[in-house]
Amino acid sequence: MTKAFTEIGAKPLPQETNSCWSCGSMRAAHFCEACGKVQPPAPVDYFSFFGLPAKLTIDVPALEKEFYHLSRKLHPDLSARAGSQEQQWSLEQSSLLNDAYRTLRDPIKRTQYLLRLEGVELEEQSKSATEQARATGGVKKQIVPPDLLEEVFELNMQLEELKMNKQTEEDDAALTAEIARHKVALEEKYESLLQELQSYWKQWDALMERNPRAESAERKQITGKMVDVLNRRNYIRNLVRDVNTALEC
Amino acid sequence: MTADRIVGIDLGTTNSLVAFMQGDTPVVIPGDDGSNLVPSVVALDKNNQPIIGNSARRFLIETPERAVYSIKRLMGRGMEDIQEELKLFPFRLAEDLQPGEVLRIKLDQKTFTPPEISALILRQLKRNAARYFAGPVSKAVITVPAYFNDAQRQATKDAGRIAGLEVLRLVNEPTAASLAYGLDKKQNGIVAVYDLGGGTFDISILKLHDGIFEVIATNGDTHLGGDDIDNLLITIALDDIRGDLGIDLRRNAEAVQAIRKSVIEAKIALSTQPSVKLDIELPGSKRYRREITREQFEQLIQPIIDRTVGPCKQALKDANLKPEQIDEVVLVGGSTRIPKVRALVRDLFHREPHTDLNPDEVVALGAAVQANILGGRSEATQDMLLLDVTPLSLGIEVAGGVTDKIILRNSTIPASATQFYTTQIDGQANVAIHVLQGERELAKDCRSLARFDLKGIPPMAAGIPRVEVKFLIDANGILHVSAREQRSGKESEIQVQPSYGLTDEQVEGMILDSFDNAEEDFRRRQLIEARNETATILTALEKAKKSPAWGQLTSDEKKQIAKLEKALTAVNAEEDYQAIRKATDTLNHATTRLAELMMDSAVSSALKGKNMEETDLGEGPTAPHPMAKAEFE
Repeated sequence: MTKAFTEIGAKPLPQETNSCWSCGSMRAAHFCEACGKVQPPAPVDYFSFFGLPAKLTIDVPALEKEFYHLSRKLHPDLSARAGSQEQQWSLEQSSLLNDAYRTLRDPIKRTQYLLRLEGVELEEQSKSATEQARATGGVKKQIVPPDLLEEVFELNMQLEELKMNKQTEEDDAALTAEIARHKVALEEKYESLLQELQSYWKQWDALMERNPRAESAERKQITGKMVDVLNRRNYIRNLVRDVNTALEC
Repeated sequence: MTADRIVGIDLGTTNSLVAFMQGDTPVVIPGDDGSNLVPSVVALDKNNQPIIGNSARRFLIETPERAVYSIKRLMGRGMEDIQEELKLFPFRLAEDLQPGEVLRIKLDQKTFTPPEISALILRQLKRNAARYFAGPVSKAVITVPAYFNDAQRQATKDAGRIAGLEVLRLVNEPTAASLAYGLDKKQNGIVAVYDLGGGTFDISILKLHDGIFEVIATNGDTHLGGDDIDNLLITIALDDIRGDLGIDLRRNAEAVQAIRKSVIEAKIALSTQPSVKLDIELPGSKRYRREITREQFEQLIQPIIDRTVGPCKQALKDANLKPEQIDEVVLVGGSTRIPKVRALVRDLFHREPHTDLNPDEVVALGAAVQANILGGRSEATQDMLLLDVTPLSLGIEVAGGVTDKIILRNSTIPASATQFYTTQIDGQANVAIHVLQGERELAKDCRSLARFDLKGIPPMAAGIPRVEVKFLIDANGILHVSAREQRSGKESEIQVQPSYGLTDEQVEGMILDSFDNAEEDFRRRQLIEARNETATILTALEKAKKSPAWGQLTSDEKKQIAKLEKALTAVNAEEDYQAIRKATDTLNHATTRLAELMMDSAVSSALKGKNMEETDLGEGPTAPHPMAKAEFE
C-alpha cells in the first residue's frame, strides 16, 4: 500500500476469510502478502476495491500508483503457469481492478458511479428514455437548464438561419462568427461546471466524514445537485456537438 | 526447463518469424534454409503435400492455383467483407461456399479455412524451433495486429490450436515491438509505435513507467499495408500492358504473379535508389519495360500512406495528447523502410523516429519477451508488465437496431461489463443477445461478433426473470460471456454462434497431428467429423423422446427409430467413417416427422406459457430480436 492510501484511512473489505487459501497466512485484500497468490474476488464496490472511502475528492496520482502496484500482483500474466482456478481468479480480479481504476480516475465517471451507488438515475442518460425515443422515432425530451434558456433560444434561431443560408448557398460571415462566439461561451460554461461539481464533492466528502451512513435530507440534496450539474453538462455537450455539425456541413 | 519452453511468434501477412529468449536476449530462430523470415506462403506440391515459406514461393508463379499468400487478410472474416480483397488477391474460394459460413480457400482440388492455412505456417515455425532446440515445442505467444477484432483474434487462436500449439497469449504487434525496444532502454515516458506491415496498420501510444508498459490508446486499419502498394503497382503495369501491347493479362495468374514479383523488388529497391527499371517477360516472348523514379513512386503511394494519418490523429485524441508530448516514436513493419513513410511519421509527431531494431524482426523479438514473462521471467524481464487495451468498443444491440456500448475502446484489458435482461412473453425460456464490436451508432454498421441465446430461463411471467449477463474481455482481447438468472439463482446456458468463426468441434477436427500421413489424416478427420454428427443426432434424439411429440408417433415409427439408433451406436464404435455417415443419414431420415412434430409443439407450448420443463427442448420462441434491456428499480 502506498502512503497516500493508508493516510486516507482504508475501510476494511467485507470478506469472509482473511487468510490465504494457499499458504494460510493473513492476506491482503486481493492477494497474499506472504506467498503472493491471487485470492478469490469478493463482491465490492470500486471504492472499497482500492480500500477507499466513498468520497469524491481523490488523489489521482496516488490512485495510479496503487493501480500499478495491484496490477503487478493481479494481472493474468502472473498466473499464466498456475492452475485454472487461480487463472480465473486472476482474470476476474484484474478486470475488476481495471474497471475500478477506469471509473475512479475520471471525475465525471467517478461522480456518475457514486450516484448510481446512491440509487440515483441520471435523467439525461436514462436508457429507458433514450430507447423509448428511438423506438417511437421521437426525440428525447431535453429540459433546457433555466440559466441557458435565453442563450439556447437565440442560438437555435441562428442555427436555423444558417441552415436556410446553406440551402440558398448564401454565406453570412457575421452569422457564422456569432455562432462561433456562442460556442466558445458554451465551452467555457462547460468547463466551469466541473468546478461547480467539485464544490458539491466537498460537501459530499464532508458529509461522509461526519456520518457515512446518514439517511439525511442533506445526502439527497447533495446528490440532487450533482445530478443537476451532470445533466446541464450533458445538455451543453450535446448542444456544442450540434453547433459543430452545423458549422462543418 | 524444456517443458516450459515458450516461443514467440509473429504470424505476419507477408512473413512469419519465431523467436526465443536466450538468457536475457531475444533471438530469431532461423529456418533450415538459414533465413529468419518464413514467407507466409502455402502451396501444395504434386503429391498434395503442403510446402511453406521460401520453397512455396516458386509455386506462386509456376502453379498459382496451388498456392496462397496474404491469408491473414481473410482471418476471422466473412464472404461479404472480403469483396475488395477478392478483386485484388488471387484467392480462390470454394464454389459451394454458403453466406455466413467460414471461408474456404481452394488449393488445387482441396479446400482449407484461413485458420488451417495459418496453422500450416505456424507448424513450420514450430518445426524450425523444435529443430533449433532439438526438442518439442508446444507453447507459444502469437502476435496479432492491435486493431484485430474478436473474430480475427479467435481465428488466430484457432490456427495455433490446429497447429498443435497451446497459445498462452495473443499480444498486439505494436505492443510487442515496444517490449523489444523497452528491454534495453529502461526509461519512462510516452512512446508511439507506428506499425505498417504487409497487410495491416496499427498505431499504439504507450506510457512507460518503471517497467509497466501501459497502452493508452490504439487505432489502426486491418486492411492497409505493403500489399496495397504492390497491388497499385500491379494494376498500373497491367493497364500499361493492355494499353501498349493490347493484351489483358488480368486473368493470367502466372503472368500476374510474375509482375507482382517484379514490382515488389522494384518497391524495395526504391527505398535506397533514385529510380528502378522494370523488365518483365510476358507470354508470347514480349517484354514489359518501364522506369519508375522515386518521385513518381512517392506520388503514387501518397494516397495509401495518407490513410495512416487519420488513425494516428484519433489515437492522439483518445490519449488526450499533443504530438509534442510524445517522447519517442518507434517504427515497425517492413513498409516503414520506405523513406516517404518515415517522412510522414516525422511530420506527424515532430520528431525523428527510432529504427534501431530491424522492423521485420522486432515484433517477433517482443513476442519472445512476452513469452519469457509468462514462462517465469529472467533477470531482464523481472519488472516488465504489459497492460494492453481493447481496440474497439463492445456493444449490445438494443431496440431500434441501436448499439449500446458497454465496454469502450481503449479500456485496459481484462475488462468487464454486466447487463441485465428480462423476458417479454410469459413463460419465455430464451433471450437472444446480439454482441457487436465497433464505434458506429447503428448495429448494422458495427461488426457482428456473435449471437447468444440465453436458454433455460425458468418459466415466469413476462418481465419477472432478471438475467445477469457478464461480458469479460480477457488479456488476449477475446470476449467471454456468462449468465445467471438472479431470481432463481439458476445458471443460464449460453449458446454461442460466432458470426465468423469455427466451432470447437470444427477446430478439433482440423488439428494437424501429422500432415505427413495425408491419407491417414484425412481418414481420421472424416472419422472425427462423422462421430461428432453421431453424437449430435443421438443427443437430439434423447431429448426428443422426452417431448410430447414422441407420443404422437406410431408404435411402428418408434420401433423403426429404436432399431436404427441401435445400429448407429454399433457402427459408431467401429472405425469406418463411411458406414457411420450412412447410419446417421438413415436415422436422420427416419426422424424427419418427429422433428416436424417437435417444432409445432415447441411453439404452441411456449405460447401457452406452459412449463418448459415438460418439453425441455430449450427451443421456445426466441424473443423479438433484438431484446429490449430490462430496467429495474
